[in-house]
Amino acid sequence: MLKEEVVEEKKVKSYRDIMAGSKAVATAVKLCDVDVVAVYPITPQTPIAEYIAELVANGELKAEYIKVESEHSALSACVGASAAGARTFTATSSQGLALMHEVLFIASGLRLPIVMVNANRALSAPINIWNDQSDAMASRECGWIQIYVETNQEALDSVIMAYKIAENKDILLPVMVNMDGFVLTHTYEPVEIPSKELVEEYLPKYEPLISLDPENPVTMGAIADPNYYMELKYSQVKALENSKDVVKKEQEEFYKLFGRKYDLIEKYKMENADIILATLGSVSGTIKDVIDKLEREKGYKVGLVRVRLYRPFPKEELLDALKGAEVVGVIEKNVSPGIGGGALFNDIKSALYGKSDAKVIGFVAGLGGRDIPPWDIEKAIEICTLAKKEEVEETYWLGLRRW
Amino acid sequence: MEVAADIPSYVKCRKVCKAKLSANRCFKFRKLLKKVSEEELFSKGHRACSGCGAALALRLALKAAGKNVIVVQPTGCMEVVSTPYPETSWKVPYIHVAFENAAAVASGVEAALKALGKKDRVKVLAIGGDGGTVDIGFQALSGMLERGHDVVYICYDNEAYMNTGVQRSGSTPLGAATTTSPAGKVSFGEDRPKKDMPRIVAAHNIPYVATASVAFPLDYMEKVRKALEVKGPAYIHVLAPCPPGWGYDSAKTIELARLAVDTGMWILYEIENGKERITYKPTVKKPVEEYLRAQKRFRHLSKDIIQRIQEEIDKRWKEIFES
Ligand SMILES: Cc1ncc(C[n+]2csc(CCOP(=O)(O)OP(=O)(O)O)c2C)c(N)n1
Ligand code: SF4
Ligand SMILES: [Mg+2]
Repeated sequence: MLKEEVVEEKKVKSYRDIMAGSKAVATAVKLCDVDVVAVYPITPQTPIAEYIAELVANGELKAEYIKVESEHSALSACVGASAAGARTFTATSSQGLALMHEVLFIASGLRLPIVMVNANRALSAPINIWNDQSDAMASRECGWIQIYVETNQEALDSVIMAYKIAENKDILLPVMVNMDGFVLTHTYEPVEIPSKELVEEYLPKYEPLISLDPENPVTMGAIADPNYYMELKYSQVKALENSKDVVKKEQEEFYKLFGRKYDLIEKYKMENADIILATLGSVSGTIKDVIDKLEREKGYKVGLVRVRLYRPFPKEELLDALKGAEVVGVIEKNVSPGIGGGALFNDIKSALYGKSDAKVIGFVAGLGGRDIPPWDIEKAIEICTLAKKEEVEETYWLGLRRW
Repeated sequence: MEVAADIPSYVKCRKVCKAKLSANRCFKFRKLLKKVSEEELFSKGHRACSGCGAALALRLALKAAGKNVIVVQPTGCMEVVSTPYPETSWKVPYIHVAFENAAAVASGVEAALKALGKKDRVKVLAIGGDGGTVDIGFQALSGMLERGHDVVYICYDNEAYMNTGVQRSGSTPLGAATTTSPAGKVSFGEDRPKKDMPRIVAAHNIPYVATASVAFPLDYMEKVRKALEVKGPAYIHVLAPCPPGWGYDSAKTIELARLAVDTGMWILYEIENGKERITYKPTVKKPVEEYLRAQKRFRHLSKDIIQRIQEEIDKRWKEIFES
């Protein structure tokens, strides 16, 4: 048989189901044949931990499931397992990710291809279990590859791709797949589940470059003095930068095998758009609807870029996408206290600096699960329209009640 | 030959030995000694101070463990002195991750070995300082013990945070002056007794818990060996004097470690499947003052504090050795 035919046959074994995002993630973990899972429950990640526990209990996934006593230990156990040569997975949210913070840096510094799903949730205080993306944004400097997904299908696909990217010998970095808590984790959507054979075709068995092995002893986590630290950091940061091309390549490979296309940034209605919105994650669905509506009703030409790969930051791709824009409006569910707007707004502004005359406006929205209704997005677009003619403020909070 | 005194069986049989053989000629002793590997898996060149009790504890542990182990270590003196990039003292695979999570990392390593089918060939040995074990690493350790991971955890106890310059830990004994529990006009140093970590660990009902001292190397190594044989978690708490931290001449490490046992400050025992056994009973109980006066960290102690410490010891001694 030709290779294509074999692939076709493997594709036939894929099937469709309607499932919550958390189950889609657990399914991906099963398909990737993960060896060690260490998770600690936190809303809204909990169903991911539960689904995987079920898979292991039923013998559908042959993995060691470590019922750790905290998220700090969850990631630490993943570091140990990954260093010992196992394919590892963890998932968390918000406070859990914050508790992992210290170990996030170590996982990337030790160059371990751990994959994590972060079900985005607001950070305390006040304690709030609902969705926003401040948790992941607070970890953006940890040296992880960060992906933000829009749908449950994309969550499943991204976990599979994440292992392929992380385990690439030139990269060897951990990957965090971010999915909006509740909005995706608890919402049912149709998902195509690829066949195990197809995933195996795409993702070979994990063969670590080095691991903790008495046959060939190595020391990991040594102390590096000022004489060495910078070089080691440099090579780590370079690997992160280089991973952009690997992400691109792996997305193409994925498309060839699975037929679903992903890009570093997803573009919507960009032709002739003089206002371009930018965002992350699931809210882009609502934004697309509003863009369509305003085009129909008022003839507005508004485009959208959804940043799928956030770290490494796809600077060139964004510059290229935004080159025709007069105004860029960044709508995001996080805030950078003390500097204004959110993290993406500040990143885009710095990327455009000296390269474009576009005005960049930051819209902070949906914090702590506050709904982002279409009229708030319309308001943002109106502000961007106004900005073409007159001075407006640099940042706004959408949907904020003044009391 | 004094070292012989640390073999429990030798001490016992000395009492009944008609031949009154010296240690070198005692066949039991020689048998134990033969087990000691000449191979140095924790090799020289590390940056520990001379006379470092902890470095000795590592070296002996690895002699007992052999080379089919993966060592996990939290941040602390021993990690810092043994892995100055690009050098290492470890001839076995080794990983250091952070200060509070060695037990969690070890759990992960063990789980990986299981998942990859290497469990029978390779053992996991976590070795942490008292700070990384009884304080900041306590939660991760408790989790590891409770989950039943097949890991041997050794706590080398130098009774303070030495790596950061002698700050008190939960393992610092009553009266010891450290930089965060200094003696002063209204302070006699550490005002809380030492946390009884081995007992707390034993409360997890794990198959093997033991205390040890670097002055009793054969006893210690035998315990490490036992711990490695056990299926499930095992814990060894080894007293490891620190010359700069305790304030004594670096030639006196073994002397002090022995004195700690001979005064009853430190008791050598093991708890195997819930059964407790004293592994060494000092022939003569020495006054604790002898131990305290030998170290700068206790030098400020007044008669009544010493008296208080002595009374505590007497009480414990009675419970353990005379009941
Ligand atoms: C989270 C965190 N807090 C504090 C430190 C600083 N620190 C490093 S080692 C250490 C003390 C280690 O003490 P111990 O575990 O007793 O080992 P020792 O140095 O005495 O051998 C401290 C406080 C750290 N590395 N990480
Ligand atoms: S300070 Fe103490 S524990 Fe640390 S290396 Fe020196 S002697 Fe050893
Ligand atoms: Mg210490």
